[in-house]
Amino acid sequence: MIEVIRVGMADLKVACHPAILTTLGLGSCVGITLYDKKKKIIGMAHIMLPSSKIASANTNRAKFADTGIVDLLAEMISLGADRKEIVAKIAGGAQMFNFAGSNETLKIGARNAEASKLVLKELGISVLSEDTGGNHGRTIEISSEDGKLMVKTIGYGIKYL
Amino acid sequence: MANDIDINNINSFHLDVLREIGNIGAGNAATALAKMLNKKIDMKVPQIRVMKFSEVSDVLGGAETEVAGILLGVRGEINGNILFVLDLLSARILVNMLMGNPINKEIAFDSMECSALQEIGNILAGSYLSSLSNLTNLKIYADIPGLAIDMAGAILSVPAIEFGKSSDTALYIENEFTYGTDSVIGDFFLVPDEASYGRLLNALGVA
Repeated sequence: MIEVIRVGMADLKVACHPAILTTLGLGSCVGITLYDKKKKIIGMAHIMLPSSKIASANTNRAKFADTGIVDLLAEMISLGADRKEIVAKIAGGAQMFNFAGSNETLKIGARNAEASKLVLKELGISVLSEDTGGNHGRTIEISSEDGKLMVKTIGYGIKYL
Repeated sequence: MANDIDINNINSFHLDVLREIGNIGAGNAATALAKMLNKKIDMKVPQIRVMKFSEVSDVLGGAETEVAGILLGVRGEINGNILFVLDLLSARILVNMLMGNPINKEIAFDSMECSALQEIGNILAGSYLSSLSNLTNLKIYADIPGLAIDMAGAILSVPAIEFGKSSDTALYIENEFTYGTDSVIGDFFLVPDEASYGRLLNALGVA
């Protein structure tokens, strides 16, 4: 029986093979997954906001793209992952509600996805694939077996990244 | 004097006041809904939920449950969001009651029915906020509603994100509306931002 580990909002987890990491009902938040193919080590972060710099409460580093992804990478490496082997896949960053004249908060999904990609780029981690944007929720699940990322939706089917 | 209320260390007296705010606001909203539908609408004692973000998505029977969410921004002297969440069957029943549709209709909503759901949200939020406004003497009004039919977790996370900047928890004032023999219609959430709690409590002279 493979252990399925749940990652909550503003949370991050890493695991060695065999394991599955999942996060349920991503909306504007972004799920970032890292995978070391050789060691079969997986990691997942569920961030809510792009940057810890604009926030007054930044003790929970997993809440933000900038600090969360850095910590996720550090935990992968401390589990024995080789930084050069690590690749990323990301999903989420939707705009759940549509309004005329949307305010800042409602565009947060796109900003979260942009910030996540920027942080990964700065860390030198390539993003193999992504499923971001749109206006629907997503459940994601990554397996340590092959690093495949399953993206489940309501009304938009299931796809594998 | 405006004291800041730390929602992580909220005391039981403040919780009682917030619960009463929920009671009065939702009482008016329930009355408005009852008039609109010409049906008796009941509500449960409001719940004040101070949740870690990791718990938010599980409030309504699982993060992946498909629900209809109507979201309105709250503006004026109180800022935040109002979110009315219905399971799909309840949303269908409500729309059918409102539009006089036959009872057996598919669950998918056409654009007219989506507008009807938004309008229900509008009326509920308007009556909730006007009673809150009368009570506190604060100017409070709602933006136009938005509708999403999707996973509960994804919908509930939207008001939580506004809290993310200033807090590691989110505070929801929740009311459950029921009709007939305890059939749940939906959950009505008032989610003021952190600064607005202090202002609400101050306006009522309790902070």
